[in-house]
Amino acid sequence: MLLIHCPYCEEERPEIEFRHAGEAHLVRSSDIATQGELEFAAYLYLRQNPKGVVAERWRHIHGCGRFFNAIRDTVSDRILTTYKAGEPMPDLDSVLANAENTAPSGKPLMQPVASKSKA
Amino acid sequence: MRKFSIFAVAREAMRGHKGWEKQWTSPEPKSEYDVIIIGAGGHGLATAYYLAKEHGITNVAVLEKGWLGGGNTGRNTTIIRSNYLYDESAGIYDHAVKLWEGLSQDLNYNVMYSPRGVMMLAHNVHDVQVLKRHVHANRLNGIDNEWLTPEEAKDYCPPLNISQTARYPVVGASLQRRGGTARHDAVAWGYARGASDRGVHIIQNCEVTGIRRSPTGAVTGVETTQGFIGARKVGVVAAGHTSVLMQMAGVRMPLESYPLQALVSEPVKPAFPCVVMSNTVHAYISQSDKGELVIGAGTDQYTSYSQTGGLHIINHTLDAICEMFPVFTRMKMMRSWGGIVDVTPDRSPILARTPVPGLYVNCGWGTGGFKATPGSGHVFAHTIARDEPHPINAPFTLDRFRTGRLIDEAAAAAVAH
Ligand SMILES: Cc1cc2nc3c(=O)[nH]c(=O)nc-3n(C[C@H](O)[C@H](O)[C@H](O)COP(=O)(O)OP(=O)(O)OC[C@H]3O[C@@H](n4cnc5c(N)ncnc54)[C@H](O)[C@@H]3O)c2cc1C
Ligand SMILES: [Zn+2]
Repeated sequence: MLLIHCPYCEEERPEIEFRHAGEAHLVRSSDIATQGELEFAAYLYLRQNPKGVVAERWRHIHGCGRFFNAIRDTVSDRILTTYKAGEPMPDLDSVLANAENTAPSGKPLMQPVASKSKA
Repeated sequence: MRKFSIFAVAREAMRGHKGWEKQWTSPEPKSEYDVIIIGAGGHGLATAYYLAKEHGITNVAVLEKGWLGGGNTGRNTTIIRSNYLYDESAGIYDHAVKLWEGLSQDLNYNVMYSPRGVMMLAHNVHDVQVLKRHVHANRLNGIDNEWLTPEEAKDYCPPLNISQTARYPVVGASLQRRGGTARHDAVAWGYARGASDRGVHIIQNCEVTGIRRSPTGAVTGVETTQGFIGARKVGVVAAGHTSVLMQMAGVRMPLESYPLQALVSEPVKPAFPCVVMSNTVHAYISQSDKGELVIGAGTDQYTSYSQTGGLHIINHTLDAICEMFPVFTRMKMMRSWGGIVDVTPDRSPILARTPVPGLYVNCGWGTGGFKATPGSGHVFAHTIARDEPHPINAPFTLDRFRTGRLIDEAAAAAVAH
């Protein structure tokens, strides 16, 4: 079971409190009437389904009830970060570079405090 | 290839079983083939077998990144049935069941097809309506399926708990008597043996890393971990990895890959006579010839390539099993594992040509394609050989997601296997 960091509750909670809600950042055309069927089929059905890093929606259905997004590695199932709905997708390079400062739930870890004096 | 027979077994028994040959060869890849199949699961191997047997195309390679049958073919709960709702599905799944019936003879390899009956339980009014609709639709398509009362269900499967005080009481069941199970590994091995015997090259530990195309866009071959291999026809039969492979040819797919888990118990004496499935409480169970209870669970909710799933998923399934079969509450579970299944929006497979000339795809079998292995390989071989679909797989196009002509088994039943 995954541990997931909800960016609204600012807490790590078990996966069973959440509902996965598919690939993130799919944008429905604001002018569907003039959209071609190929474009509409792509919006409705085609998915990246990557082996590696994916941006996906989650809903904290048994918590705050809100939708948010997560960046997750689909091979290790490790969540690299979570962010609120409506926020732009974070830059993947810096997310990956920052991976060691993130818990597997996507929760940002505190920077290690440099020890003041050596005993 | 020497045939298996009672005489061969007797002869080998006399000389200490030292004369059995390797069942398939492991050749070095040639620089070019007429057809390359990517993925040596049951579907890919069956495709190669029927290409050679039915269409005389033997200059074929099956490329496998791991070992043959190590994907979902070797990880599934082996349930076979054809009681799907829509005509198109009935056509393709029953084509497979008809081939299962003669498969051991055809391959001269015992795939242990056992039509012991598949019983699907109804726990509420909605289930009753859905299952009865299936019974009637199946009968109109000439597929056996019948309705049982709870008492008749218990007669057929004595361990079943039909107490009306259960959390999800059994209020009826449908039964397809021709449904059952087969030995998954033997299916892969039997097709591999038959294909290899006809000249097909099965190349294991050979991962496809790219699909090469000519300036006109047509396929010219594949890049692999063992170098470039040419072919003007390439069939992708890679289950959970289909999106990854099709991306190499620039084609985005209507697929998502999810972990699906199964588990087996310690082996016990024969105690369970048939296959029982319940979609409502989400559990599937049968007993293997080794004596293990074979139990199938649900998918995880998120896409993944990890080949593992959450423990709470199988836990939930075991809750349901213990409730339906209280006799099993003290059984120990020995092993659990996951496979990665490729799910389409309408839960029906895709067996078709693609927008890329020379590239064919057989995928989207999701949580339930083992049962279709012989039928799928048979019609997909036809599609590749003739460059046009067999009438049975003609509806299972990639284009149906543009035209809207879905084969919506998902909405029809939310059936898993
Ligand atoms: C736990 C579980 C239970 C199931 N239960 C049932 C059931 O009861 N009944 C039923 O009908 N179905 C069931 N299924 C579904 C069934 O297993 C599959 O639909 C079916 O086996 C798919 O067969 P396949 O040959 O297409 O795929 P696979 O057997 O997965 O073969 C695909 C092959 O492609 C290879 N491959 C992938 N990428 C590459 C690459 N880049 N290069 C080379 N090779 C590659 C893989 O290694 C793999 O061996 C179940 C599945 C699972 C996971
Ligand atoms: Zn929350």
